[in-house]
Amino acid sequence: MSPDSPAHEHEHDHDHQAVPSDPALRVKALESLLVEKGLVDRPALDALVDAYEHQIGPRNGARVVARAWSDPAYKQRLLSDADAAMAEMGYGGFQGEHMVVVENSAKVHNLVVCTLCSCYPWPVLGLPPVWYKSAPYRSRAVIDPRGVLREFGLELPEEVEVRVWDSTAEVRYLVLPERPAGTEGMNEEALAALVTRDAMVGVGKVSLSKVVSAA
Amino acid sequence: MNSVHDMGGMDGMGPIVEEKNEPVFHQEWEGRIFALNLAMGAWRKWNIDASRHARELIPAAEYLRMSYYEKWVAGLIELIAKSELVTRDEIESATPAAGSVKAVPALTTDQAMARVRKGIPAKRNVDVPARFKVGQRVRTRNLHPVRHTRLPRYARGRFGTIHRDHGVFVFPDSNAHFLGENPQHVYSVRFSARELWGEQAAAKDCVYVDMWDDYLEPA
Repeated sequence: MSPDSPAHEHEHDHDHQAVPSDPALRVKALESLLVEKGLVDRPALDALVDAYEHQIGPRNGARVVARAWSDPAYKQRLLSDADAAMAEMGYGGFQGEHMVVVENSAKVHNLVVCTLCSCYPWPVLGLPPVWYKSAPYRSRAVIDPRGVLREFGLELPEEVEVRVWDSTAEVRYLVLPERPAGTEGMNEEALAALVTRDAMVGVGKVSLSKVVSAA
Repeated sequence: MNSVHDMGGMDGMGPIVEEKNEPVFHQEWEGRIFALNLAMGAWRKWNIDASRHARELIPAAEYLRMSYYEKWVAGLIELIAKSELVTRDEIESATPAAGSVKAVPALTTDQAMARVRKGIPAKRNVDVPARFKVGQRVRTRNLHPVRHTRLPRYARGRFGTIHRDHGVFVFPDSNAHFLGENPQHVYSVRFSARELWGEQAAAKDCVYVDMWDDYLEPA
């Protein structure tokens, strides 16, 4: 029974991993069973869904980026200790316990991927989009990052160094995009409105027109 | 294990399709299975490494066919059955077994939200010596464990440089199998793209991979 017992080990001698023919029905039945057994509480499930649908998303990351663009001391803190700098703004927690921010410049472009599963900095970007979790992106981001970026409409000059970050451990990466020209007079709120999820993953750039990843 | 979840460097997976104005969950059940996974984790019968491994164990052809949250359904069913929180008969019949004891207390809303805010840190504040230092040349070991590992195939037996020491973390290769946390240093290791992919790669490009001490040897 204990998680430490050998009986807990995975065995391969029986045919499991049944594929739910109708996931909606399967999940409904599973939820009812777990509620009946007292293992989960429906209001807690509702709250979790609501949190990730309405509260925890890329607007958080956009605020972090806008502040880093506006406040050089904050930017330094963010690049040297992202956990503390994000905590200053109230961001942290599940799937963002240990974060690192990598900075784009005229010479360096960063791109984040998780080739092994779908690791992504939830507290600042929310849950990942389908393409990030999908086989095409996971397979090719490390071997052909420039080709992947081209599919997102971003053609990088040869002299730019592309750095791909494969999130294989419990460290979560956020890209600090370049601040676009022509935004000198803008306040943090206006800047945050320009920052896209794609730019913080590294598959786009931030532009004044907000058209960053159109093919 | 060398299954299809370890897909860095593979071809043939098709184009990347970006959906405009994508919802967080495409269907209601996706949100429910997401929340069920988070809430059931609070029983501490497994850990994040075990839950990743449960999804890796999905047979390769199924893994590629299933949607992301279908894998979460299959993974959770395996975890709750193996941990004996629920029997397979109960899962199939969607009914608690006669006389089964009701578990208490389930995670409350406040506890669930506290869990989201606090997270589940994998860093351990223990004094484990680092075997490598920043700037040092290393070679990754050419390991092919049949069990869980976070050492991707494309980065095995390759030369790189320690870019950063992230500190001491739980070791997934043992933790996924409930064989202990075996805390050790994790480094960001920089590989030139040409070391990984040959001359076809752009000369300046590089890939950074997070690596545990046990994946590395001096170069």
